[in-house]
Amino acid sequence: MTQVIQLEDVAKRYGSAGRPALGPLTLSVEQGEALAVTGPSGSGKSTLLNLVAGLDRATEGTVSVAGRRLDDLTEHALARFRREQIGMVFQFFNLLDDLTVTDNIQLPAQLTGTARRETAARAGELMELLGIQKHARACPGRLSGGERQRVAVARALVNRPALLLADEPTGALDTASGEDVRELLVELHRGGQTIVLVTHDLALAEACASRTIHLVDGHLALDTRAGAAR
Amino acid sequence: MNGFGAGFGFGMGGALGRVVRSGVGRRRVQTVVIAIATMMAVASAVVAGSLIVASNAPFDHAFAQQHGAHLTVQFDRARASTEQLAATGEEAGVTASAGPYPATTIKPVDAGGGHLPTLTLVGRSGPQADVDDLDLKSGRWAAKPGEIVLNSSFSGPNLGLGSTLRTSDAADSPTLTIVGFALSVSRTADVWTTPAQARALASKEAPLTNQMLYRFDSAATEKELTANRERLGAAVPSGALLGSQSYLETKRDADEGAAPTIPFLIAFGVLGIVMSVIIVSSVTSGAVGSSLRRIGILKAIGFTPREVVRAYVAQALIPAAVGIALGVVLGNLLAVPLLDDTEQAYGAATLGVTWWVDIVVPAAGLLVVGLAALVPALRAGRLSTVEAIAVGRAPRTGRGQWAHRAAGRLPLPRAVTYGLASPFAHPVRTAAMLLAVAFGTVAATFAVGLTASLTAVGAAADPEERAAVTVFGGGGPGTGPGGPVRQEGAGRSEAPAADPERIRAAVEAQEGTASYYAMTRNDATVAGVTGSVPVALYQGDSRAGSYEMISGHWLDGAGQTVVGSGFLERTGTEIGDTVRVTYEGDTRTLRIVGEAFDTSDGGMAIHGNTADFPSAQPRMFLVEVKPGVSPAEYAAKLADAVRPLGGDAMANAPSEQDNFIIVLESMAALLTLMLVSVAGLGVLNSVVLDTRERVHDLGVCKALGMSPRQTVSLVLASVAGIGVLGGLIGVPAGFALHGFVLPVMGHAAGTELPPSVLDVYVPWQLLLLGLAGVAIAMLGALLPAGWAARVRTATALRTE
Repeated sequence: MTQVIQLEDVAKRYGSAGRPALGPLTLSVEQGEALAVTGPSGSGKSTLLNLVAGLDRATEGTVSVAGRRLDDLTEHALARFRREQIGMVFQFFNLLDDLTVTDNIQLPAQLTGTARRETAARAGELMELLGIQKHARACPGRLSGGERQRVAVARALVNRPALLLADEPTGALDTASGEDVRELLVELHRGGQTIVLVTHDLALAEACASRTIHLVDGHLALDTRAGAAR
Repeated sequence: MNGFGAGFGFGMGGALGRVVRSGVGRRRVQTVVIAIATMMAVASAVVAGSLIVASNAPFDHAFAQQHGAHLTVQFDRARASTEQLAATGEEAGVTASAGPYPATTIKPVDAGGGHLPTLTLVGRSGPQADVDDLDLKSGRWAAKPGEIVLNSSFSGPNLGLGSTLRTSDAADSPTLTIVGFALSVSRTADVWTTPAQARALASKEAPLTNQMLYRFDSAATEKELTANRERLGAAVPSGALLGSQSYLETKRDADEGAAPTIPFLIAFGVLGIVMSVIIVSSVTSGAVGSSLRRIGILKAIGFTPREVVRAYVAQALIPAAVGIALGVVLGNLLAVPLLDDTEQAYGAATLGVTWWVDIVVPAAGLLVVGLAALVPALRAGRLSTVEAIAVGRAPRTGRGQWAHRAAGRLPLPRAVTYGLASPFAHPVRTAAMLLAVAFGTVAATFAVGLTASLTAVGAAADPEERAAVTVFGGGGPGTGPGGPVRQEGAGRSEAPAADPERIRAAVEAQEGTASYYAMTRNDATVAGVTGSVPVALYQGDSRAGSYEMISGHWLDGAGQTVVGSGFLERTGTEIGDTVRVTYEGDTRTLRIVGEAFDTSDGGMAIHGNTADFPSAQPRMFLVEVKPGVSPAEYAAKLADAVRPLGGDAMANAPSEQDNFIIVLESMAALLTLMLVSVAGLGVLNSVVLDTRERVHDLGVCKALGMSPRQTVSLVLASVAGIGVLGGLIGVPAGFALHGFVLPVMGHAAGTELPPSVLDVYVPWQLLLLGLAGVAIAMLGALLPAGWAARVRTATALRTE
């Protein structure tokens, strides 16, 4: 199968000395795989996510995503890469509060220069899929946590990314909303979406992921495949 | 918590002090911006304040500073002894006197052979005196024969320290070296030297007189001065008092000279001060307003509302105090060249930043900062802890969403439309930024218009200098030395005149003559006007020598006269009216056909035709040469022809701008640069605040794929609309300010202004000035835009 993510001896250090926050780590993720990354605080989960998203650069090794080596890319090219290949869902939603729900969802597509009609149609399709059409013109600040996270997922999917990255997507939600989001991720995975999910929640990892890696002090401590997740 | 209250007093001990110090240190960019913005605002306020103070009765202040002479009197040495003159200082009403100083006149020639006007030379052993305490501007006082100190108004490229002058064009005339430049507000002399040298330079044509300078206990009116003068005349033998010069005439001249600059300086001064207040207020209130979350946290851990208010006011005051201190220093440094220019414009004694400006401006600066910090700090102090934390980490309630929806419909890239809509999220900050841009644009528009108007004034002055070659026929009234001197003896001396017809024949015979007209200048009397008025009479087609017309038309036939605004105002006449003019015994009734932009002699000069006055003989021929003919060569050849006839010819150099106009233009340029910089800093501050506040949102956008270029576009677009609006407000306001100030300047100079001076803006220029608003906004936003583009996305996403 095609590898969507390939990390070769990747390490990330903050500052000039000390042990790396992550790695050295070698890891690959295949297309359609749902990888859960677990580990205690400071284990390097978010660092891994940032490197894969092209938000940060590795100190050592190479990071390739969707067939591109990220360490070779300029900031401009990294931005283009993110908007075309990556969808991101954050713990605290990171919606832009001065934009409506529709505008939030459309933003990544608009940044790529997609035609207005096409962007609007895709946003409408996603809102319908995620059950948030009635909030189309609402301000995100007025929605519940679960609704906001659905908006964030819709925004992440608007450009049909090769890879969906989710950083503690249920971490700021109540139980019911968390359950909603979990089902959503399971559905997306079933639909063939490649997902990397960073979470403390082992139940979420078990429910959504086809594979789980456990990081400790920046190193891979465990790598398990759980077909039951499907 | 009691310890917190005890720590207050801006000595900042204990927890409160630590909060303030960490607040100042943590927000380094904001602290630096507050300090820089305050520094620039205070510097511009110091400059503006100093200029306004300097514009307040400049002559009176300089006159008081120099203990100026109320009356400068020339005495006949043969008729009044030194002792008798010294005794006049004891006369009733005399509060101080100086002299007698030996005085004479010289008509010097500079090293390049250029003739200077007749100059009054006075022998004084030093610049200090009880009356007319001279301001030695540069160099030193004359100490030995051959050394002179020149009036500083003569300072120029050909006349510097070390330059030499010959006392006349005679081959054996003594050479004098300029060793200093001095200023006499009372204009008691043009040249000073040692008493011995003054005595040595006197001649039969320029006899030695004694100069006495007086101050009186009552000298406010012409009447009082006349009474004082009569008392002095009575105290010396009959006929000993030769002439006198009243300070009131000198003051009138000086005030007329200074008057046009006053509205100009006040306009710039007010702009500078208003802008300073806006920038300082917006910088400070923005800084405090953006700290709400931190304020909430402080309250959560037990700070009282009062302590919070004190902490945040102090956090604003610390960088502002540093900025204010630096601003005062910078303002004093910047004021030096401007006050030098002002000195030149006013002919005043050395001007400095008035001490109380250095006290009032920083005190007002601190007050503005304190108040600007107090309002949002009080608001923050009153917020409940939960509210403060919630407001600080906002989900904002979607303020400005309508703007995003509207901008989203524009056919522009999303990053740009997002930026265009973002100012609507912070209406108060946007308004402050808009005002800063608008004021900067007003200053730029006004300065451009003013410069163009002053250039037009320069071009309109002395139209006869536009002729390629001037041929002098000799004769004409001599110029009075040292300002307006009331002559007691015979009339003014006149040089022998050449025969105008022979000069005319020489001009017509000279190869290369294209056209010419002739003119003469003299005095005439006009029925209803006390005293004489200067008159210029033209012969031939004088359209080339026409003044800019305010209304009516230039002379095109006999029986006509063109006059200045001052004449119309003083005589209560208007175009179409007639006046009776007497010139050398011939009286004619002339119809006023035009109002000329002629500011000479207070706008009292009149222009007419020689045809109306048979006794009028042309003394000057203004010649245009044929294409391809060199005016210099033409003038040299013609001079050879007319010198034996008693005349002379010279090519006119391309008209140099009047010193006064250059001074005003350089002042306008410097003041504009300063105001535009302050406006740019205001924008910089607002965009820095905005960008830092939105760094998380920008991080989100970047995480979603916004490229660095798109991020820069977003930040720049967020000020572009403000720039456009600022331009749209600032250009008409600057245009209106120019339209208001210029006529006021004209009235102060005693004249209306012609369209060529008032209508100086052209559409493309206004369009460019409109873009100046955008340029100011863009320049201010460039730095934070670059920062926003460079900030690491992962870091931005972690920012709260």
